[in-house]
Amino acid sequence: MKHRVELRNHPIELHKFRIRLAVSAAFVVVLLAILYVRFYYLQITREEHYHTLAEANRISILPLVPNRGLIYDRNGRVLAQNYSAYALEIVPSKVADIEDTLDELATIIEITAVDRQRFRKLMKESKRFKSLPIRNRLTDVEIASFAANRYRFPGVEIKARVFRQYPEKEIISHVVGYISRINDRDLEQLELNGDLTNYRGSHHIGKIGIEQSYERELHGITGFEEVETDAAGRSIRVLSRTRPTSGNNLILSLDLGLQEAAEKAFGERRGALVALNPNNGEVLAFLSKPGYDNNLFIGGIDQENWNLLNNSIDRPLNNRALRGIYPPGSTFKPFMALAALELGKRSPEYSMSDPGYFSLPGVNRRYRDWKPGGHGRVNLHKSLVVSCDTYYYSLANDLGIDNIHNFISQFGLGKRTGIDIEGEVSGLLPSASWKMKQYKQKWYAGDTISVAIGQGYNLTTPLQLAFATMMIANNGKAYLPRLVKQIQNSQTGHIEDVPAELLYTLNLKPSHLEIVKNALVDVTRPGGTAAKAGANAAYTFAGKTGTSQVIGIKQGERYNEKSINERHRDHAMFIAYAPAENPQIALAILVENTGTGGSTAAPIARQVFDYFLLGKQPESTVAQVTEVLEDHAHEHL
Amino acid sequence: MIELRKIWYYFSRYIDGFLLVGILTLMIIGLIVLYSASGANVSKVSHQMINMAVALVIMWMVANIPLQQIKRLAVPMYVLGFALLVGVAFFGEINNGARRWLNIGITRIQPSELMKIAIPLMMAWYFDKHEITLRLRDYLGATMLLMFPVFLILKQPDLGTALLIAASGFYVLFLAGLSWRIIVGLSITAIGSFPVLWAMMHDYQRQRIMTLLDPSQDPLGAGYHTIQSSIAIGSGGIIGKGWQNGTQTQLDFLPEQSTDFIFAVFSEEFGLIGNTLLLLAYLVVIGRCFVITANASTQFTRLIAGSITLTFFTYIFVNMGMVSGILPVVGVPLPLISYGGTSMVTMLLGFGILMSIQTHPKLIKT
Repeated sequence: MKHRVELRNHPIELHKFRIRLAVSAAFVVVLLAILYVRFYYLQITREEHYHTLAEANRISILPLVPNRGLIYDRNGRVLAQNYSAYALEIVPSKVADIEDTLDELATIIEITAVDRQRFRKLMKESKRFKSLPIRNRLTDVEIASFAANRYRFPGVEIKARVFRQYPEKEIISHVVGYISRINDRDLEQLELNGDLTNYRGSHHIGKIGIEQSYERELHGITGFEEVETDAAGRSIRVLSRTRPTSGNNLILSLDLGLQEAAEKAFGERRGALVALNPNNGEVLAFLSKPGYDNNLFIGGIDQENWNLLNNSIDRPLNNRALRGIYPPGSTFKPFMALAALELGKRSPEYSMSDPGYFSLPGVNRRYRDWKPGGHGRVNLHKSLVVSCDTYYYSLANDLGIDNIHNFISQFGLGKRTGIDIEGEVSGLLPSASWKMKQYKQKWYAGDTISVAIGQGYNLTTPLQLAFATMMIANNGKAYLPRLVKQIQNSQTGHIEDVPAELLYTLNLKPSHLEIVKNALVDVTRPGGTAAKAGANAAYTFAGKTGTSQVIGIKQGERYNEKSINERHRDHAMFIAYAPAENPQIALAILVENTGTGGSTAAPIARQVFDYFLLGKQPESTVAQVTEVLEDHAHEHL
Repeated sequence: MIELRKIWYYFSRYIDGFLLVGILTLMIIGLIVLYSASGANVSKVSHQMINMAVALVIMWMVANIPLQQIKRLAVPMYVLGFALLVGVAFFGEINNGARRWLNIGITRIQPSELMKIAIPLMMAWYFDKHEITLRLRDYLGATMLLMFPVFLILKQPDLGTALLIAASGFYVLFLAGLSWRIIVGLSITAIGSFPVLWAMMHDYQRQRIMTLLDPSQDPLGAGYHTIQSSIAIGSGGIIGKGWQNGTQTQLDFLPEQSTDFIFAVFSEEFGLIGNTLLLLAYLVVIGRCFVITANASTQFTRLIAGSITLTFFTYIFVNMGMVSGILPVVGVPLPLISYGGTSMVTMLLGFGILMSIQTHPKLIKT
C-alpha cells in the first residue's frame, strides 16, 4: 500500500512542482540582490558618511560634573554640604532581568524594599541606557563584597559620586530647600534657557528654596574630557581635558543660632516666624513649622516617606512663612492707625466711647468688640495698647476701603515682597475694584468693617507681615528681603557682598510714627495685650498682638475655644521689633490654632529677642503652654 | 585499511558531501567572526565549537534515518509541540514580558523551536496523504494546521518566530500548488488587514516598526541597534577594517554582536568584498538545497525539502535585512554563524533531513 504511494510520480505534477521551485529560486535571487544593493549603498555610496559616524563614536566628549557650591549661615555654620561616597549603579539596558539581578545583588549587599521601589520609579523616568543608583553610600565591606562578585553582574557598577547633604534638616528645610534628580520638566526649562550643555552629566538640580533660586551660582560650570570610549561610556584613554569650575558658595544672612532659638521657642506648635534686619532687609530667621528632612528628596523620595509627608495633617511640606496666607487680625491695626493720622481722619487726641460694639448708621447689625462691654473711652494710643476693635470699626467706616487699600498696600501687604526664593504668594489686601473684578459685586460698607481689624477678605503671609513691621521699625524704608548675604567665588575665594536694596521710602510724618511706635511699646508693658511677654525685658520691646480667625463666628454667637475642634481654633499672630529706639530686628510670628497672639505668639518673640539681643538661650516651652491654655479665657485679642 | 574504509563508508554513506563542505565553510567563517566579536574570548569560541559538533552529530543521525521513518514522526511531533505550546500559554514562565519558556521539571524548553521543524513536517505529511485529490479544502486544512500554533506563538508574544514559522508553512502551501489566485488574493487581504494587525500589536512591536521607518527617532532606545549596525556596515567600506579592527565592534558600540548582530561585525571587518563572498557561500548552500529538492522523489520529500531550503534562506534574508536596516529588528539569528546552540541544532536538523532525502534510495522496492 505504502510503496504504491512512494512510487507515484506524475510527470505533470512534477513539472508543476518544478515551476514552483523555479519561482522560489527567482524569489531568492531577487531578495539577495536587494540585500546586495543595500550593502552596496551602505558600504560604497555612503561609506564616507558612516566612516565619519564611526569615528565620532570612538571619540566622545564626556562631561565632568562640577562640585556644587556650599551654603553657610551668616556665622559660617554649614547648611548644605557635599561628600564623596560610592554608589551601586545599574544600567537597565545591559541587564537581562532586573528583578533577578536585584534578587542576586540582595544576597551580597543589603537592598531594602524601599531601595527597590525608588529604583523602579527611577527606571520609569529614565532612559534605558542611563546608569541609575540602586544603593547610595556603600560601606567598605559592601564595596569589597561586590568587587569580589562583580563578574556575576554585567551592567552593575560601583561609581564614585558626590552627594549633597543638609546637616540641619527640618530647622532649615524651608529656606535651603533641596536638590533632586533632573526630570523632564527641568530639562525643558534648561533647554529654554540654553543651559542644557552645562547640565550634561549633572544628575541633580535645585528644586525649591535657596537650592532652586541660586541654582546658577551653586551649579558651577561643567568641564569636558575628550576620551576614547565604548558604548557603555567606559573610557579607554583620555585625549584632552577641560576642568570643571565648582559652583560658588553662598553665605546667608540667616543666623542659624537665632533660627534654632525660634524653633525651640515654638516647641511642637505649628506656625511660622520671619525676622528681618530693619536696617537692610536681611532675613535673620525664616522658620516654617513643622519642617521636613530635606535629605529625603535628594536621591528621589520613596513612596512611603512621600505619603507620610504629603498626607500629614500638619502639612510639613507647606512653607507657611512664604506661602501660608492668614488674616492678619489685629496686627493690621498699627497700619490702620498710621492711615488715620496720615490721612487726617483721626487726631491723636480724639477719643470715643466704646460700648462694646459698633453699628453702621441706620443698620441694626452689631459689630462686636472682643471685650464685652467695651473699653470705655478710647483714643488712638489706647486703641492699640488694648486692641480695641470698636475704634477701628468706626475709623474704617470713615476712611473707606479704597483709602485703606491705597495706604496700607504701601507697606507691602497683599503683594509679593520679592524675597530671593521662589513660590511666594501675594495674599490679598482687598479693594472695591478687586471685589468687582472677582465677584462682580459692589463693595459694601459692612465689608470695610471686618477689614479694619484684619479679618474679612484680608490675607497676608507671615513674610509680608514681617516686611510691613520692618517698615514701621525703620520709619518707612522698604528694603528687599533677602536670604543671601554674600557669595564666595569658588576659584578665587573672594567674597562679594550682595548689596542691600532699598526699594522705596515712605514719606511718613515723624510725629505720627512716634505716636504709633510709642503705643506699640506700651503693648508689651503692663496694661498692654502682650504685657506678660514683655515683663522685665532688658530692652524696649514694641509689638502688636493679633488673632486670625479660622472659622466665622455667627451673629449673636461667641467664640468658645474649648468647644471648637483644635484645627478650627484661631491662629495667634504677633508682630514686633526691638530695641524700640534703635530696631535691630523686626519679626512676624504666626502660631496655628493656639488662640490669641498675646499669650502664645508674643512669648516666642520675647525669647527670640532675648537670644538675638542678649544671647540668652530659650528655655523649654512646656511650662508656658499650660499657662497659655489657662490664659485664653480672659484675653482674646 | 579495509576497516578504515568501512568506517568511512558507514560514516559518509548518507552524507551529502557538497552540502557538508558548504555548511562547514560557513561554520568556520562563523568561528572566525565570533572570535573577533567576543573580544578574543576563547571560551566562547570553544563553546560554540561544541554547539557545532553537537549539531553536526544530530545532522548525521537524522541523515541516517530513512524518510519513511521521519514521516512517521511528523504527527506525534506536531501533536507534542502543539500540546507544549498550549502548556506555555497556561503555565509558561514570564521573562521580559513574554511567555515563551516551559519548565518541564528537568529543564526549560522553548516549544516554538520544536515547531520550526514540526510544522513543515506535519503539513508536508498532510499534503502527501491527500496527494491524489488536492482540493481547496485540503489547502484550508493545512492552513489550519499552520495557523493554530502560529497564533499561540504570536500571543507569547514572539512576533519574529511566529512570522518565520508562518513563512515556512506558507512555503509548503506554495510548493504544494496553492493557486496563484488565492496567493494574490491573500496578499491583498494581508495588506488590507494591516490596520487591524496594528491595533492588535504590542507596544514594543509597533515601536520596532516605527523605529524601522525612522531609526533616528529614538537613537538611544529602540533605534540604537539599527543605527549602530548601519554605521558598522557602512564604515566597513569595500575591503573592511580588518579582522579584529572594527571600531564599532571592538569598542562595544554594536549591541548583541555575537548573536543576532554578528553580521555587522563581519561586514565592518571584511567590507563589501567579505559580504560578497559570504553571500556566495550561502548561495552555494542554498543552490545545493534546491538541487536536492528538485530531485526529491515524493510529494512529502519535495515539500519538506523545499520548505527547509526556503526557510533557511528566509533566516539569512531577515537577519541581514534587519542588521542592515531594511527590516525591523525581530531577533533572528544568522544561520550557521550566530552564537548559540538552539538555532544551530534546528538548522542542522533541517540539513540532516535534506541529506537523508538526497542519499537514501529514491525508489524503494521490497
